[in-house]
Amino acid sequence: MTQTLAAQINSVLAALILLTAFGLLMQRRIYGLLHLFAWQGVFLSISTAVVGYTAGLHHLYISAILTLALKVFALPYILYVLIHKLNIKKDVEEMVNIPTTMLMGIALVIFSYHLTAPVRELSTLVTKSTLAVALATVMLGLLMMITRKKAVTQIIGFLALENGLFFAATSATYGMPLVVELGVALDILIAAFIFGIFFFQIRTTFDSLELKEMEKLKEED
Amino acid sequence: MLILILLGINLVAAAVLAATGDKRYAPEVNILGSAATFVASIFLAVQVYYEGQIIAGREFFFVDEFNVYLAVLTTFVSMTTAIFSRRYMRHEQERGRVGKVAMRFYHAMFQVFIFAMLLALLTNNAGVLWISMELATLATVLLVSLYGTPSSVEAAWKYFILCGVGIALALFGTVLLYFAAEKVLGEGSAALQWTNLASVSNRLEPTVLSLAFVFFMVGYGTKVGLVPLHNWLPDAHAEGPTPISAVLSGLLLNIALYALVRCKALVDGATGNGKAGQIMMAFGITSLLFSAFSLLRQKDIKRMFSYSSIEHMGIATFAFGLGGAVATFGGLLHMLVHSLTKSSIFFTVGHASQMHGTQEMSKIRGLIRGNPLVGWGLMLGVAAIAGMPPFGLFTSEFLILTATIKSAPYLAPLFLLGLAVAFAALLRKVMPMVFGPAPESQGSLHPAHTPVIVHMVIVLILGLYLPVFLSQWLHAAVRLLR
Repeated sequence: MTQTLAAQINSVLAALILLTAFGLLMQRRIYGLLHLFAWQGVFLSISTAVVGYTAGLHHLYISAILTLALKVFALPYILYVLIHKLNIKKDVEEMVNIPTTMLMGIALVIFSYHLTAPVRELSTLVTKSTLAVALATVMLGLLMMITRKKAVTQIIGFLALENGLFFAATSATYGMPLVVELGVALDILIAAFIFGIFFFQIRTTFDSLELKEMEKLKEED
Repeated sequence: MLILILLGINLVAAAVLAATGDKRYAPEVNILGSAATFVASIFLAVQVYYEGQIIAGREFFFVDEFNVYLAVLTTFVSMTTAIFSRRYMRHEQERGRVGKVAMRFYHAMFQVFIFAMLLALLTNNAGVLWISMELATLATVLLVSLYGTPSSVEAAWKYFILCGVGIALALFGTVLLYFAAEKVLGEGSAALQWTNLASVSNRLEPTVLSLAFVFFMVGYGTKVGLVPLHNWLPDAHAEGPTPISAVLSGLLLNIALYALVRCKALVDGATGNGKAGQIMMAFGITSLLFSAFSLLRQKDIKRMFSYSSIEHMGIATFAFGLGGAVATFGGLLHMLVHSLTKSSIFFTVGHASQMHGTQEMSKIRGLIRGNPLVGWGLMLGVAAIAGMPPFGLFTSEFLILTATIKSAPYLAPLFLLGLAVAFAALLRKVMPMVFGPAPESQGSLHPAHTPVIVHMVIVLILGLYLPVFLSQWLHAAVRLLR
């Protein structure tokens, strides 16, 4: 595989990751969100493998497999089980103003390109045009967490944000050192168990997973 | 080897307590584990004192004057907190606020939390530092919601989400740092090691590092609790069990600031223009002013003292941003004395609210009549935290103020205003709680004396006289950071 071909494949994958990020932003059904999240993981994993192949770095294969196992199978599965147990699979989130959210998302993408411009010029890698996409994915994850009002969707936004970080690690550099990647993966896994416990705790204390119930802790004037 | 023992003790203790944490002797096991780490950290400190910087475990760990003093502080405060927690948690159990499973979980996670903080301090790797910061957050999230009340669940969720997002941004900063470092140091873990990074910091690409610093600032700044990223902090501190408030406030904030200061030193080395310092100064002074005025509005005693933590973290951040020998020395000293004073205040606050069965300040009255140790402990603690001489915080704040007048005189009035408002607010709120007749509803209890007394004595000594070994350490740390 030549360098240019690899670069092109990677750009396509970057575009797909960005597309799924936008999809997550506007998807209202909870299963739809899970599927999109899993697809984002698939693209992320392939992209990592492609970078690993072109650069001849074998440790990237490990992180590709790690991504596949964690982001495509483990996390969506955990979420699936939780959704099933909590019996919220039919929930549809009412969202105001999807077009405005989309426009804000586009503004964030442009902002990310602007912010990473100096870094991109320095980069000599195959993957250099993808750093902006990675940052945009992080920003879109943040936007999703702000606009959503349900605990489960906020968590999916958070995990999409982490996907953006993983993508940044492979796109800006050829992946972080293995010890760091393993540690990060472990942290995410622990976080997954914690939010699982949380969902039940929120449900038993508030009788729903709507975060608007949680507005007690405010500064009194 | 010593480092492995130090870290291993916590893990072993955590495993033991996960199985036996609800037994009658569990608090003693908790104290024993914490005391053992304290002893190990003293040995480590002595070694550093005589031999200088240590790099161990295939360069995975490193100990210098900066992190060793924080490691000793961490193990010390965790030990005294464990002592405090013995009586406090027993009382909570008697009131039926925590069950058996919760106690097992509480004890095990307490040890995991200390482990994560020590790993964050002693690791040589900027990535592992990030991982252990996240681990420290995760270990404490469910402790905040230990009581299972609606407000505690809400506080824990806020803590989880805001700190999760914040620290995710710090990971982006770490990625950018690696991106810059890999060009100079080559691929692999070597490019994320503080020891290597420090020696090549002037060759790192300045544009990338400036960008990275923005992410570090927002990321670790969230964990330090700097305004406007502080939203999670008062809730998490107020709703969790008091021993957890004490270690969150006294230790975790310090560790986050440690991470930020390490990053700042690198970024300064690369850019050479001091922009990073200016950003930190802006965040610091904003935090100081905002939290000083917020103190006036508080009704919950633990919330009030968590705002006071934001204030003091603001002061320390400001000092490190200011840079220079005097301010940095002041900042390091401030981290030390604030940590000791604030955890001691939380101990007395915990007892005071147990005596009255509430955290509302308007219902807590006549502490000195009810229990002189709790009353005077709170009074002296507040005098110390407000910066009155002869306590240690007076010394550190005075040093920082002197440096401010010298290198940024236009900020000195703001700095003084913040201190004055905080002083007035704290005394106004605390006086009625401490003095006056005790209400009928006040219960009696058997408080844990030792931690409060030991902390206050140390803070007093540090205000009057700085031991030679400590001042040498701090001077060496100042040299490292310049």
